[in-house]
Amino acid sequence: MGKKSVADFIITENIPLNKDNYLIRLKSPESLPPIKPGQFVNIDIKNSSEIFLRRPFSVFETDYKNNSISIIVKVLGRGSKKLTEVKAGEVLSLVYPLGKHFTYPSPGDKVLAVGGGSGLAPMLFLARESGLPAENMDIIIGARSATDHIDASAYNKYGNIYFTTEDGTLGTRGLVTHHPLFGELANYDKIYACGPEGMMKAVAREAKKTGVFCEVSLENLMACGFGVCLCCIEPTVNGNLCVCTEGPVFNINDLKWQI
Amino acid sequence: MADLSVKIHDLLLKNPVMLASGTCGYAEEINEFYDVSQLGGIFLKGITPRNRDGNLYPRMAETPSGMLNAVGLQNKGIDYFIQNIYPRIKNYETPLIINVNGSTVEEYIEVTEKVNELDNIPAIELNISCPNVKEGGMAFGVSCPGAEAVTRAVRSAYNKTLIVKLSPNVTDVSEIAKAVEGQGADGVSLVNTFVGMAIDAETRKPLLSTVTGGLSGPAIKPIALRMVWQVAQAVKIPVIGMGGIMNAADAIEFLLAGASAVQVGTALFKDPFIPLNIVEGIDNYLLRHQMSSVSELIGGLQL
Ligand SMILES: Cc1cc2nc3c(=O)[nH]c(=O)nc-3n(C[C@H](O)[C@H](O)[C@H](O)COP(=O)(O)OP(=O)(O)OC[C@H]3O[C@@H](n4cnc5c(N)ncnc54)[C@H](O)[C@@H]3O)c2cc1C
Ligand SMILES: Cc1cc2nc3c(=O)[nH]c(=O)nc-3n(C[C@H](O)[C@H](O)[C@H](O)COP(=O)(O)O)c2cc1C
Ligand code: FES
Repeated sequence: MGKKSVADFIITENIPLNKDNYLIRLKSPESLPPIKPGQFVNIDIKNSSEIFLRRPFSVFETDYKNNSISIIVKVLGRGSKKLTEVKAGEVLSLVYPLGKHFTYPSPGDKVLAVGGGSGLAPMLFLARESGLPAENMDIIIGARSATDHIDASAYNKYGNIYFTTEDGTLGTRGLVTHHPLFGELANYDKIYACGPEGMMKAVAREAKKTGVFCEVSLENLMACGFGVCLCCIEPTVNGNLCVCTEGPVFNINDLKWQI
Repeated sequence: MADLSVKIHDLLLKNPVMLASGTCGYAEEINEFYDVSQLGGIFLKGITPRNRDGNLYPRMAETPSGMLNAVGLQNKGIDYFIQNIYPRIKNYETPLIINVNGSTVEEYIEVTEKVNELDNIPAIELNISCPNVKEGGMAFGVSCPGAEAVTRAVRSAYNKTLIVKLSPNVTDVSEIAKAVEGQGADGVSLVNTFVGMAIDAETRKPLLSTVTGGLSGPAIKPIALRMVWQVAQAVKIPVIGMGGIMNAADAIEFLLAGASAVQVGTALFKDPFIPLNIVEGIDNYLLRHQMSSVSELIGGLQL
């Protein structure tokens, strides 16, 4: 018997975090299997012939006592928009848990986690689960402007949080890689990144220069999410691999990115 | 429980609900959700003589009530399958059928001869209808002489159940069906995907790397149903119907139109449990209509 499920989760909360990000908490009817940072769920956004396929979202938090998980949804197009309109008490079908998780840092590691856009959830989940003292965990969150940032202060106890904005309205002005911490990359044992492809490539480029271990979580378009359609492939040194089953987390040395 | 078993030539199915090639991997991925022995049969991902990387990303575009794909038969080749995958899946207690592909008649035969040696593969599905490869594939399936040539050659190399998968991208699918029946096919399956395309108006670019791809899902169901009905009237060999089946009612419609069994494809992406729900739904339907066997449904359209 399997280790993946399809289950109807009940929405318990839908909290707007800023103008286009929402925290959605969902309760499972069954006991939760272990879910780790980087893993995702594939959600059926019902009642629309325009949104035929499920949409994948990284798990943000797990609460095994209440069999509940949460996700952070950034409005991008029609599906994510509709998803952010759900109300407590409504039911959503999830296929889960999917994908492979990030490599956990070893005790004593110094870690840099970089998140932007829709890629924030797995970075904060990783910070919380890493088991590292906060002083060993630096987190850079990038966005266009201060109003695009969410309040991440609850995560201060898991790491030092830094912000960048392209317009300079919060934290360092520029892209995440313009943050001064990128001048000291050799201090880190592991770098993790999740967000827009351009951001992840910029982080990967810097990590490659310094030779620090670096994993990124890809957001390729998906149809099935569990390895049968071969639509989500990413070219790697081991051939075209499915991001949904062989990823979404990849070591940058395995990717064929021109960086 | 009613008698759900059906026969496709020598292939005895415990129920008429099977999984479509390219939508269920090599069955292991579905077995992670439930025991696949509950299914009527499984058509494995298309296999070619040698490794194929498939087409470039993006290979998928969502469309109203369906999707376009341009996977392009990515697979590691028949030898890799036999050595690495077959040993892991061969004891699943449901018929495993290999979807055979090639760019030339010789390549189809090369795969077929190797599959012929595999004790636990009781049938092949000859794919002469893949719209996503440059050579071979659909080129054979859109003309009677092409379909005849490859069916004849493969028939002479294979003595188990031979199913030929038909392309809907033709003027008259029943002509092709008759042509492959004439060359010894034991059954036909249809439909493969319809050639379609999608454009992003904002960027003015195609959504698929290949520009065109194959349309599947509920969007194609009425056309698929019509084609299955036409083919079932034109040939004497069993017909396996597919195209947009999402639930038991859809499956029953295909059976009524003359299909002896069905395949579920794109629906799996929404919910891999749909085929099991369909088996249960067909059973309930038979009880409700006081029928004792699914064979009473086949071709039962009341005109
Ligand atoms: C493993 C994984 C984890 C993810 N985790 C999160 C998460 O935690 N939070 C979150 O907000 N989002 C996450 N995403 C992205 C999310 O799935 C997409 O934003 C969503 O599917 C878009 O659907 P839509 O209907 O809103 O957009 P659509 O209306 O389908 O598309 C709008 C536009 O966005 C493009 N687009 C759609 N999906 C993607 C994508 N995956 N990558 C790049 N471009 C895309 C389309 O081509 C189109 O131009 C994740 C994706 C993956 C694969
Ligand atoms: C992603 C994808 C990959 C497919 N790959 C194959 C294949 O390898 N061989 C084949 O004969 N058909 C392939 N098909 C076609 C399906 O088997 C089926 O004929 C078609 O999708 C119509 O049924 P559906 O609407 O239920 O999906 C593929 C379809 C999809 C969506
Ligand atoms: S999304 Fe189908 S194989 Fe990854």
